[in-house]
Amino acid sequence: MATTREWLLTESPASRMQARLGRSYRVFTALMRNPLAVIGALIILALVVLAVFAPYFATHSPYAGTLTDRLQPPGPEFWLGSDELGRDIWSRIVYGARITLVIVLLVAAIAAPLGLIVGAISGYFGGWTDRILMGVTDVFLSMPKLILALAFVAALGPGIENAVIAIAITSWPAYARIARAETLTFRNSEFIAAIRLQGASAARVILRHILPLCSSSVIIRVTLDMAGIILTAAGLGFLGLGAQPPLPEWGAMISRGRAFILDQWWVATMPGFAIVIVSLGFCFLGDGLRDVLDPKSGGKQ
Amino acid sequence: MSAGAFAITIALTFLGLLAITFFIGRIIPIDPVLAVVGDRAPQEVYERVRVEMGLDRPLIMQFVSYVGDVLTGNLGTSVTTGRPVASDLARVFPATLEMATLGIIIGVVLGVPMGVVAAARRGSLTDQAIRVVGLLGYSVPAFWLGLIGLLLFYARLQWVSGPGRLDIFYDGLVPTVTGLMLVDSIIAGDWTVFWNAVSHLVLPASILGFFSLAYIARMTRSFMLDQLSQEYVITARVKGVPERQVIWRHAFRPIRVPLITVIGLSYAGLLEGSVMIETVFSWPGIGNYLTSALLNADMNAVLGATLVIGAVFIAINKISDVLYRVLDPRAR
Repeated sequence: MATTREWLLTESPASRMQARLGRSYRVFTALMRNPLAVIGALIILALVVLAVFAPYFATHSPYAGTLTDRLQPPGPEFWLGSDELGRDIWSRIVYGARITLVIVLLVAAIAAPLGLIVGAISGYFGGWTDRILMGVTDVFLSMPKLILALAFVAALGPGIENAVIAIAITSWPAYARIARAETLTFRNSEFIAAIRLQGASAARVILRHILPLCSSSVIIRVTLDMAGIILTAAGLGFLGLGAQPPLPEWGAMISRGRAFILDQWWVATMPGFAIVIVSLGFCFLGDGLRDVLDPKSGGKQ
Repeated sequence: MSAGAFAITIALTFLGLLAITFFIGRIIPIDPVLAVVGDRAPQEVYERVRVEMGLDRPLIMQFVSYVGDVLTGNLGTSVTTGRPVASDLARVFPATLEMATLGIIIGVVLGVPMGVVAAARRGSLTDQAIRVVGLLGYSVPAFWLGLIGLLLFYARLQWVSGPGRLDIFYDGLVPTVTGLMLVDSIIAGDWTVFWNAVSHLVLPASILGFFSLAYIARMTRSFMLDQLSQEYVITARVKGVPERQVIWRHAFRPIRVPLITVIGLSYAGLLEGSVMIETVFSWPGIGNYLTSALLNADMNAVLGATLVIGAVFIAINKISDVLYRVLDPRAR
């Protein structure tokens, strides 16, 4: 055990893989010392496990209900109560974890690469390319995100896919800004010049050498943004513009429960707790990641 | 940046906003001509209306006339209310303004001291508690908190009034002057209406205030920690200045200017955040107008509301930017 640890923490790694593993190990141990980050990581882990093994954790079907069991309070049969169609709320929340996870992953998978590429191109080429791309980025950055997402969904039509597109459209500019700032710091460095002298094309320099270096700060930012993405998605669901019934999306579930809030409080309340817990998890983890990977700004936040 | 360059940036940002709303208006799958003539209209009628609506012209010309329309205050007619969108928006905007303003006051009055205390007692239990409150502000859905607030404070405890701006029997009692219910009822001297308006306003405004509090407290703490680690603070402490004075007289003064920017950003954010809150509280403001237009596919109203919220958002951002430049001697 001690030798594995020494191998990971060595000051002179023998291979690229050893260096990478060593770095990951250092980040991991630093994260483990931050109690909030550990809690956050455990919450995210629980979310992923729930989503992947939803059928094993759900006690009922998330779609089929018995009308005679409608609006039952929380108890031994329905852990978190049942909704107006007699469906088990716990089971619906468990299956809803899948939807939440898919939404945040898709948004991250669209917005982060888009922002990275725009930022890297802007920073690498400079000049007019930079001015135009950053002009567009700044216009998007100065718009209210939620309103813009609402308007896009209104135009594209309600549904999960369009909600994902709308949220992605409003979240890429922040990543472009970060990627550009990072690119500027090493665009004139010697290793980039060396690669160019070997005849590498601009596309190759950006894709193979610049993007990997920008990605860690973008990843921190994406983790920090996850809570916001979840809230926006839930908000769209709440307004009936996101996931459509009968999908057990948490925001849409709150919206259905709104009609019963005064007498059957659990219908609207329970999915909300799920949203709060998962968003807090991402916040804690993102905060912790920033403290570890970016000590300069971490200390004072 | 010179004043001229700054003006150009602002103009380009607003143009960008217009381009985005124009673009959104073009990608709707609904054919705007069909919406007017109906799908059984003969081809000639369809073509004539298409030309009348200017949809046969090149896209760039359509954009130019769109910008012209917006600049002259023509945002089209709302399908649901049958009135011009611009006058609809002018009617509902004060309700949002009233709620967001009370919200930001709550946020500043509570958030700034919380941030200062958290920084002064860094690492203490108080600091941790304030940190968690701050993070909650980033992870609680506003609409859900609104529902919980209604359940607790309206239905169970009966401390506040329910949705809407006034109880139904007070509606229309005071003449509209500013559109701000609190101000109008004071002008009319009607204190029953005033207190009724307060009891309706306090819950949604507090919830909005909570979100700005979370952001303001977090930023205040971070600014204060920056200052408290400066050498002049150490000097003051060494000289034996009481800690309370070190914090409020020495460390707090320089952060007032950056705080103005934070408060401005937060205020703009509240105008946006009020969309969800207004839906939950049936608050007759711009957010409620926007969401009901969304559900009725009333695109003119949706784009008009987006445009107005966007423009106010940008304006507040830029104003706080300018204030920062004017007030901070180093940025001059």
